Amino acid sequence: MTPLLFIEQVLNGLQFGVMLFLMAAGLTLVFGVMGLINLAHGSLYMVGAFAAAAVAGATGSFLLALAAALAAAAAAGALVELLVIRRLYDRDHLDQVLATFALILIFSEGTRWIFGSFPLFLDIPDWLSGTVTLPGGIEYSLYRLAIIGLGLAIAAGLFWLISRTRLGIRIRAGESDREMIAALGVDISRLYTIVFALGAALAGLAGAMVGAIQSVQVGMGEPVLILAFVVIVIGGIGSIKGALIGALLVGLTDTLGGLLLPEFFKLFMDTSAATSTGSALASMLIYILMAIVLVWRPRGLFGGAA
Amino acid sequence: MTREKIINTALLLGLLAVPAWAWAVDEPFTITLATRVAILALAGVGLNIALGLGGLVSLGHAAFFGIGGYAMGILASHAQSYTPLMETPFLIEGTKSMPVIWLTALFAAALAALVIGALSLRTSGVYFIMITLAFGQMLYFFSISWPAYGGEDGLSIYVRNGFPGLNTLDPIQFFAICFALLAGALWFNARLARAPFGLALNAARQSPARVETIGLSPFRLRLAAFVISGAITGLAGALFADLNRFVSPTMFSWQMSGEIMVFIILGGVGRLYGPVAGAALFITLEHLLGGLSEFWLIWLGLLLLLVVLFARGGVIGLLAGRQVAHD
Repeated sequence: MTPLLFIEQVLNGLQFGVMLFLMAAGLTLVFGVMGLINLAHGSLYMVGAFAAAAVAGATGSFLLALAAALAAAAAAGALVELLVIRRLYDRDHLDQVLATFALILIFSEGTRWIFGSFPLFLDIPDWLSGTVTLPGGIEYSLYRLAIIGLGLAIAAGLFWLISRTRLGIRIRAGESDREMIAALGVDISRLYTIVFALGAALAGLAGAMVGAIQSVQVGMGEPVLILAFVVIVIGGIGSIKGALIGALLVGLTDTLGGLLLPEFFKLFMDTSAATSTGSALASMLIYILMAIVLVWRPRGLFGGAA
Repeated sequence: MTREKIINTALLLGLLAVPAWAWAVDEPFTITLATRVAILALAGVGLNIALGLGGLVSLGHAAFFGIGGYAMGILASHAQSYTPLMETPFLIEGTKSMPVIWLTALFAAALAALVIGALSLRTSGVYFIMITLAFGQMLYFFSISWPAYGGEDGLSIYVRNGFPGLNTLDPIQFFAICFALLAGALWFNARLARAPFGLALNAARQSPARVETIGLSPFRLRLAAFVISGAITGLAGALFADLNRFVSPTMFSWQMSGEIMVFIILGGVGRLYGPVAGAALFITLEHLLGGLSEFWLIWLGLLLLLVVLFARGGVIGLLAGRQVAHD
């Protein structure tokens, strides 16, 4: 293993982590503000990817596709919030899990109905394809680098939104005392719809960005959703900072584990056994990380008392 | 007899009568459907101990279902190929005997539930849901990437395992075995709910602080419930694998966890026979709607949404009224 390969994998891990952050930020906001566990968040990711693939197929423009992904996911999120999610805020977690599980079935099968079972492909636009040479002579994909940049920019934007704007003040107030801010004249149900749509838009954007690297297909959202859960469990539910650090930890652990563990086992095993043991263990590594964090801090790294 | 008891009796009799009729008119496929209902209901009965009695919303019970399935798959595949499971430090051979497989499945699933439960029960609420889900996924990815037992392709077993004195290849006899185990688990669950342990567990769900002040540990009560729950779901997994003569990582998938939970909700939360009603309804819908439309899961999703939003009692709640047997 060369240092170049290692640095490339670190960048891949960052890119994966940044994507996970876009998913986890919405989940953790929705949980922090509304106390809702939303399994259908992965479906919004899928909606974004399909909207982007459809628009890119029709117009050929990648930027229009990204805009469509944001709009479609936000619209789907707002619609779902108005029709279903709104009724779940006062229910227990079991009802929330089941209702959002039902939403997954509806979204997935509905998408299969409209687009068919075959995966769609979203091409990386010309101006983002190819590689760039980083300092130190590392060739790295421009598109993945762009994802990292965009993701970090969005993270910065979210921190700004939460800590510096009026909407952010309301969101934080909604987290700590919803009755009080309703009494102060803030339309709490509109605030909830906005937060939910915002989370949905971030998920949709993540779906569209990843859709250009992988294929766009039904069921693409659920594996990412579960990883996003791991992220917010590690980071602490409700904390954007926790989501960012958790996402980068999970992204790096997953990517580097797959690279380093087989090498590690090769030190004292023969090559094929080391590869299979290493890759089997690497697939479990982030869950082991989660278990360790839980034993150490049951409320996650940045979670307050809930 | 309360209305719920009448409904429960009718459910069990119905689950017996349908395959009996199918056997009389020689429709083996219907018997297989009824066997699926019995096995999935058994998995639901297992989850219901954690969920209904203990209030533990576990979204990772597919882990135990899959472990049961792989217990069967691994033992039977070694017996099938006449290779020992392990030679050092002592010899363990594969087996095709159902009782041995069941015991292994119960034990392995209980052990896994002990580890997963001990870690997950340090948390509660939404953390618990996500963590059980994540542990389920961990086993799912492990089963995919571990090549020794088929990896992603799964394991096929050519001949169904044997039970002393019965011909398990005959659908109706295999159904009888599954039905007997389901009835046993329902009886056990009813006893458990009324036993001091069940009462304490129920109290720990309603008010952990009070249970603690009288000197009981909610953590240990919940852990015990989680282990029992996982073990029963593991047994169901072994039967499910035997029914299909096939084990694959899909038994570990989180959709499986979701489905087991759906059985309980469709039937009615906190109802002893909820999983039976739910599994029966699910399989019937799958069979009927699946024939009508390729996209039957949309209709299932809508139905589930309506049940959760507007009919919290599920099927049994609709039929028997609001009174909940052990809540």
